[in-house]
Amino acid sequence: MKETNSMSKFTEEMKVEVTRIMDRYPEGKQKSALIPVLLMAQDASEGWLSPEVMDETAALLGLEPIEVYEVATFYSMFNLQPVGRHVFEVCQTGPCMLNGSDALIAHIQHRLGIGVGETTPDGLFTLKTVECLGACGYAPMMQLGKHYREHLTPEKVDALIEACRNMTMA
Amino acid sequence: MGRKLLLEKADIPGIRSYNVYRQHGGYAAVEKALRMTPEEVVEEVKKSGLRGRGGAGFPTGMKWSFLAKPAGVPRYLVCNADESEPGTFKDRYLMEFLPHLLIEGLIAASWALGSHRTYIYIRGEYAWIVDILDQAIAEANAHGWLGKNILGSGFDCQIYVQRGAGAYICGEETALIESLEGKRGNPRIKPPFPAVKGLWDCPTVVNNVETLAAVVPILQLGGEEYAKTGIGKSTGTKLISACGNINRPGVYEIDMTISVEEFIYSDEYCGGIAGGKRLKACIPGGSSVPILPANLLLRTAKGEKRMMTYESLSDGGFQTGSMMGSGGFIVLDEDQCVVRHTLTLARFYRHESCGQCSPCREGTGWMEKILHRMEHGKGRMEDIDLLWDIQRRIEGNTICPLGDAAAWPVAAAIRHFRDEFAWHVTAPEECLRRNYGLAQYADELVSA
Repeated sequence: MKETNSMSKFTEEMKVEVTRIMDRYPEGKQKSALIPVLLMAQDASEGWLSPEVMDETAALLGLEPIEVYEVATFYSMFNLQPVGRHVFEVCQTGPCMLNGSDALIAHIQHRLGIGVGETTPDGLFTLKTVECLGACGYAPMMQLGKHYREHLTPEKVDALIEACRNMTMA
Repeated sequence: MGRKLLLEKADIPGIRSYNVYRQHGGYAAVEKALRMTPEEVVEEVKKSGLRGRGGAGFPTGMKWSFLAKPAGVPRYLVCNADESEPGTFKDRYLMEFLPHLLIEGLIAASWALGSHRTYIYIRGEYAWIVDILDQAIAEANAHGWLGKNILGSGFDCQIYVQRGAGAYICGEETALIESLEGKRGNPRIKPPFPAVKGLWDCPTVVNNVETLAAVVPILQLGGEEYAKTGIGKSTGTKLISACGNINRPGVYEIDMTISVEEFIYSDEYCGGIAGGKRLKACIPGGSSVPILPANLLLRTAKGEKRMMTYESLSDGGFQTGSMMGSGGFIVLDEDQCVVRHTLTLARFYRHESCGQCSPCREGTGWMEKILHRMEHGKGRMEDIDLLWDIQRRIEGNTICPLGDAAAWPVAAAIRHFRDEFAWHVTAPEECLRRNYGLAQYADELVSA
């Protein structure tokens, strides 16, 4: 992996938060903080975990780097490659498929001019397909940042793309 | 109108806040529990007949009574909020709209089990719900329902929310425990069971969100009264998350006395099949349970009306029945292709296999590949038997139930829709063009 985001991503404020997270667990069980801390680190690192960020997490929690890598590579929410500023994570599992997610994904590919797993050249958008996010009654849907966008239609997706573009320019 | 024990207050404006929740009788179950001994609380839950609402349906009171209590060793209660079974979105609803109901149930259950640190392990994608739960926990702390010496009882308890980071397998209780310990979600070999050796090797109970919320009405009503709702061993109410091709998808609380037909066609629930189409098939309990064609869904093989109960949904075993599972109710209309739908599920399980056991790690990939080629017009007639053979070799041969969960949907699809698979081989062009399956399976006689 050539790319890095090696500047320390843990601000003093975040380090206080890390300590607060570690306090949730009994003495000696602070490894439990790893996943919450990695999620926080990813949010502070343009949405992905570089080896440097993972190493810093390991140092902060007193873990071996390998303990962090093995966790980061297991869970689907951790991005180990750079991603765009807005990540469209579109569900494609059964219930969403029954409600037209395949056509929706094709529409997004067409609109953004990228394939699944790719990022637009301007670095604004990444398109990912994901497996069931627990919004089956509100299908088709996607996760965009912290929130779900549900009952999607091509029109709604177009509006979302537009809103993301405007947000970036502002 | 069925009896509502969980979502009764869901429509009260502001019920998410502590003050409104308390005004409407909230936290009375904690007051009641703390006046009882922990053993008495466990006894009430046993009497209620409550069965685990996550999918397995194991009696909750019995699970609680298995908890080992060695002196000087902490015990833990962990709430499983990893809800990831396709078709299931009921726990999300409960946490989002009635967070204090869960917190109330958790405090009472923590008292019963002697857990001083209780964790809610929530799937990482439900990021905004973490804020809602944290807020509810902060309010409960501020009003003395959590912390040291709760209501002067001498009982200390704190609840923490722990986010996962995307892994279906972490809904399996030992994988969840591994994840909560900061590791990959690889399920553990049982025994030892978590009741003896769970979180940080301490005795642990892992219960689903809905199960723990149900402790509140059980304590309010008393176990015996709670058990009066429902039929036979299906006591109380069950949250069903209905989705697919229906008019009114959403989360419904049913009191386990209604029929499947009523659930699908009544305007109180699913409101019938969308677009005036016919019902073709349904997966009644989350993606892992067997799919049933319309005729077997509405009536058992014996010709009896199928009910929305644990027993009735599984009537006929896997040959002609299915399971209540998690209550993820997925409905397919006449134009849906079972092969295509099964492919999405096979892809799901391949993606979610943790990779520990070779039958599951390899088998889920093979099933996806074969289904992919069938769906894309490149299937061979012998693929059907090959799929059958693979799923049979996964089932029962893995550490955790994910292997079974991956095998069952494929097995049931072939069992009930074999000629639709065959049709994909004999008429690939037509399949590709129409992009859906055979409508002949939709029962013409099906109507409300």
